[in-house]
Amino acid sequence: MSAAEAAPPAGGGRGIPLFLDFFYKLRERGLKVSAHNWLALLDALGQGLHESSLDGFYAVARCILVNDEGDYDGFDLAFAETFRGVITDLEHLTDQLEQWLRDPKQLMYLDPAMRALLESIGIEELRRQLLERLAEQKKRHEGGNRWVGTGGTSPFGQGGVHPSGVRIGGSGGGRSALAVADARRFRDLRKDLVLDTRQMGTALRRLRRLKRKGAIEELDIDGTVDETARNCGDLEIVMRPPRKNDVRMILLLDVGGSMDPHTELVSRLFSAAHQHGGFKQLESYYFHNCVYSKVYEDAAFTKPVTIDSLLRRTDSNWYLVLVGDAWMHPGELMMNSSSFWSVEAAPSGLRCLAKLADHFPRSAWINPEPKRLWDAPTIHEIGQLFEMVPLTLDGLGEMVEHMRTPPRAGRRTRIAKVLRERE
Amino acid sequence: MSRFKSSERYIVSDDLGKAVDVAIAIGRPLLIKGEPGTGKTLLAVDLAKQLGKPLVRWQVKSTTKAVEGLYQYDTVKRLHDSRFGDGDVGDIGKYIELGPLGRSFAAEHQSVVLIDEIDKADLEFPNDLLHELDAMSFSIPETGEVVDAKQRPIVVITSNNEKELPDAFLRRCVFHWIAFPERELMAQIVAVHHPDLESELLASALEAFYRLRRLDGLRKPPSTSELIDWIAALRHADIDPAKLLGAGLPFLGVLLKKEQDVTLAERGGARGGRH
Repeated sequence: MSAAEAAPPAGGGRGIPLFLDFFYKLRERGLKVSAHNWLALLDALGQGLHESSLDGFYAVARCILVNDEGDYDGFDLAFAETFRGVITDLEHLTDQLEQWLRDPKQLMYLDPAMRALLESIGIEELRRQLLERLAEQKKRHEGGNRWVGTGGTSPFGQGGVHPSGVRIGGSGGGRSALAVADARRFRDLRKDLVLDTRQMGTALRRLRRLKRKGAIEELDIDGTVDETARNCGDLEIVMRPPRKNDVRMILLLDVGGSMDPHTELVSRLFSAAHQHGGFKQLESYYFHNCVYSKVYEDAAFTKPVTIDSLLRRTDSNWYLVLVGDAWMHPGELMMNSSSFWSVEAAPSGLRCLAKLADHFPRSAWINPEPKRLWDAPTIHEIGQLFEMVPLTLDGLGEMVEHMRTPPRAGRRTRIAKVLRERE
Repeated sequence: MSRFKSSERYIVSDDLGKAVDVAIAIGRPLLIKGEPGTGKTLLAVDLAKQLGKPLVRWQVKSTTKAVEGLYQYDTVKRLHDSRFGDGDVGDIGKYIELGPLGRSFAAEHQSVVLIDEIDKADLEFPNDLLHELDAMSFSIPETGEVVDAKQRPIVVITSNNEKELPDAFLRRCVFHWIAFPERELMAQIVAVHHPDLESELLASALEAFYRLRRLDGLRKPPSTSELIDWIAALRHADIDPAKLLGAGLPFLGVLLKKEQDVTLAERGGARGGRH
């Protein structure tokens, strides 16, 4: 559903306040603005914290509506889009809000999601609370201050002069909120970009919690002492599951050839997995282009390990992560070795991959190529065997989600089909 | 005009000042994230000072449980007293000790509570505090007592981003991410720590510092606190400011803590840095 369709025509002058338009724009940018956030913003505006200036509104709205620095950029974009060309005097923002609240018909113009959001709080209750707030604020504007516990004079409503302090990222005070939003200072923090090892580590660490609740129990000494004491000194044993991370992972890395441009990124992922992953066991192997019947312990391909021996040693509790661009000549996927001259009878690359996917239900393929290139035949083919995710923070997050749930039925059928073919 | 402003001890950006104001005005916890060494903890310390309110600090560790912030029931002491006879063990209340959050609820006057490094604790930790932070009240099942906040404390929470925080928790917070300070702001921050620094040394040190941070591929870029230490070292050794602009920075180990980074900087330094 597009917010633009659901909202009334812009020229219609339906009185949809700017801030609602802003809300739609934020959602288009993928920010999850909850009812909680929205109420808090109305509360803050009701108290006049934005000081009737766009700069003030920017700061207030951002600290309430955004709760992750990765969303700062999306916020800036939505802000610039909503408020560019609009009179920047927000003196009447609260008046507008009040009018809107007094007119029940206005709810008709909301899109279903926004209406559901408001209804979850109770429209009448919301209206009552906000009108009360606004009335209070009008009174307060004359002087007085109900700011809890400050004891000072009112910090609000002193006119739109910008404080003279230094704005981070700016060249000094006085940059308007729009200029700040336009500068997109937080572009680098977006989660759909790849950043450093530490952030990758944080993403990988989320895998850890999956296996925290192991079956083997250990003695909880603190708990036992505590319960025993409560029990007037009669021994009361408390057992608990071990907190040790039980994740075992196999990392298969594609090296050389078309992967060369991604070497730096993949090496960061590799060190993130080793340093920050905290896995119980982590084994990494290398392959070139496609996995055939062997993978290698070293990137120089001198120490081969057969896929069969790998499968024998590991069970389905292991996680399998393949990293590669899945970009090859379609023939390479069907060949049985990376060498044209090999005469051994061996399964094709696709079959080897299907075997891995079948053995490790918890598996994923991380592809460093941008998603727009994933239509390529071999990428598409491999994407049917493994959940394919991009090598970005979002992608790693997605991977964690996939690994937590069993593979989709369609994927299992596809894997089974490849295994049956040309047996 | 933001109410919370820079002081002689702590420099605040406008956005941060506003976030503090908003958190106080709408009575929600303020969640502060940012690179290590950007002064997240100091913020709470300075806020308490500016408002003239006591600071209650709760340092979170990997083993910290949410209930410890509210209260602790010293069962061992009670058992000891019951076995070796000292006082009335029937009164459980005697063995209940309030934690940092509990104390700030019970106090007569409003205080600033700092929950430091919340991401160190278990993933469930923030969720376990949701109700208490919303309602500003909790009960002690052992005694049936209910502790209501007499004054809603101002809650400041810091996170180093080591773990992600649950959505339900994030929704309830006012959020601010402290961006790494630009040169101008950094000069002010340095001045707080080195009030009588010669301007020439300051300019060269900042130049070298930002050039270093621009190097591509640093595992751990140097932060504010490392810059401040580094300047202290430079002053102590009476280093000529001109030396900082060439290759081979003195006391590089104060700024960079990883071997690969040092190697990278030495190579990058030879090229005069990447712009």
